[in-house]
Amino acid sequence: MEKQLSHINYQNPVINISALRKSFGDLHVLRGVDLQLFEGENLVVLGRSGTGKSVLIKIVSGLLSADEGNVNVLGQEVGDLDEKALMALRLKIGFSFQNSALYDSMTVRENLEFPLVRNKRSLTRGEIDKEVREVLDSVGLLQALNQMPSELSGGQRKRIGIARTLILRPDIMLYDEPTAGLDPITCTEINNLINEVQQIYKTSSIIITHDLTCAKEVGDRIVMLLDGKFERQGRFNDIFDSDDARVKAFYDYNFIA
Amino acid sequence: MISKKIDQKLIQLGNVHHFIMRFFKELVMPPYEFKEIINQCYEVGVKSLPLISLTGFITGIVFTNQSRPSLEDFGATAMLPSLIAIAIVRALAPLVTALIAAGKVGSNIGAELGSMKVTEQIDAMEVSGTNPFKFLVVSRVLATTIMIPILSCYTGFVGLMGSFLNVYQHESVSFISFFDQVFETVTFLDIFQAIIKAGFFGFTIGIVGCYQGYNSSKGTEGVGKAANAAVVASMFLIFIEEQLVVMIVQSIRG
Repeated sequence: MEKQLSHINYQNPVINISALRKSFGDLHVLRGVDLQLFEGENLVVLGRSGTGKSVLIKIVSGLLSADEGNVNVLGQEVGDLDEKALMALRLKIGFSFQNSALYDSMTVRENLEFPLVRNKRSLTRGEIDKEVREVLDSVGLLQALNQMPSELSGGQRKRIGIARTLILRPDIMLYDEPTAGLDPITCTEINNLINEVQQIYKTSSIIITHDLTCAKEVGDRIVMLLDGKFERQGRFNDIFDSDDARVKAFYDYNFIA
Repeated sequence: MISKKIDQKLIQLGNVHHFIMRFFKELVMPPYEFKEIINQCYEVGVKSLPLISLTGFITGIVFTNQSRPSLEDFGATAMLPSLIAIAIVRALAPLVTALIAAGKVGSNIGAELGSMKVTEQIDAMEVSGTNPFKFLVVSRVLATTIMIPILSCYTGFVGLMGSFLNVYQHESVSFISFFDQVFETVTFLDIFQAIIKAGFFGFTIGIVGCYQGYNSSKGTEGVGKAANAAVVASMFLIFIEEQLVVMIVQSIRG
């Protein structure tokens, strides 16, 4: 059953990308990408490995700079921001990394406290503790509070990584391959978590993946990156109702191979 | 082919220059990471103490043992404390401390930051509103710059203690007369140049370790290379700095 779309505000795009180009040497990764993410929407970006999906969200968060084009996030042109303004914008963007990127010298509690302590200096010790427990509870891992990241499974690390981004209550979530390397049951749990985050925290999200089950379960809209451009977009079934050999190959590999 | 290699070296030199300039810029601009600096001072200083103590102590004993026969030939073993004091204070204490720290602290910094880089922990820090350069690099470079001179003083003391025990065993010189002779020989310039030199060594160890780690790539292989390059490059630079300081101090002495 496809997701309902009534929660999306199509009058308010929170991310607006136009004519975006990015190359690494002779490798032209993004060749004129246009994209809008609307308030409350879960947008899935599909594509093969190495097609520039992760590069796209790294440009959105200012980790990489674009060669050409405009990237407007929450009304601000990312390329025009100075360091201070970019830092402030980043607090409104949560970034869940492919390998979770947990600070491995810190416990789970310290991982979650880190962004809070550094960005909300007025919070008391008790308030920080309450926030940490609340957000850990929302990802179902309160019991992992004092564990080290090395003691957690891949799925648990993903959840803690998501919790660490949620603790700053971002308006936008960027998920980089949230289900990569996980077993099917854990994948389903992560997909459910992404949908819960959308509902509870009212986030707008871009989900980068090549996992079609993930795309189907979490995506309100799906765009497919082919040869450096978004050539197809729509609901899951619309995307794959195509004779394009590149699209068919992608579908067949996921569901037949 | 050769011009391409020269180009690459020049680009790398430019990157190092940019990295050092960024360090000084971030150093003076708030917010200041006092807690992390103290934490890193503890990591660099206190955790190096056992190794530094052992190395400094043995250096004192070995150097005394090796110097004795030469002085015995001239019947000048009474000069041992003076000779050892000059050698330890002027050169051995800062140099031994720096070389040990380059191996222990430099490789640790290179590997830690390299690992954080390839596992995207530095990116994660950046997107969560923290300046990773200030938090990771500035704090570590400051910590090594502050702690290596302190550790050098400590190494000097431990080395002299090792030397005293050896001298006491062979020549039965008392503690007070040994250190009287030490302080008669050592001048303010000796101590001053040793501390300043150790500061430069510390800065070198920190900045080289951070540069290698912060710019590492190619997965776990890159982490190993960063740690290795941090040690090799810092040791090489430490010897060059040592030579430069000797030349400068000699010109001051006239």
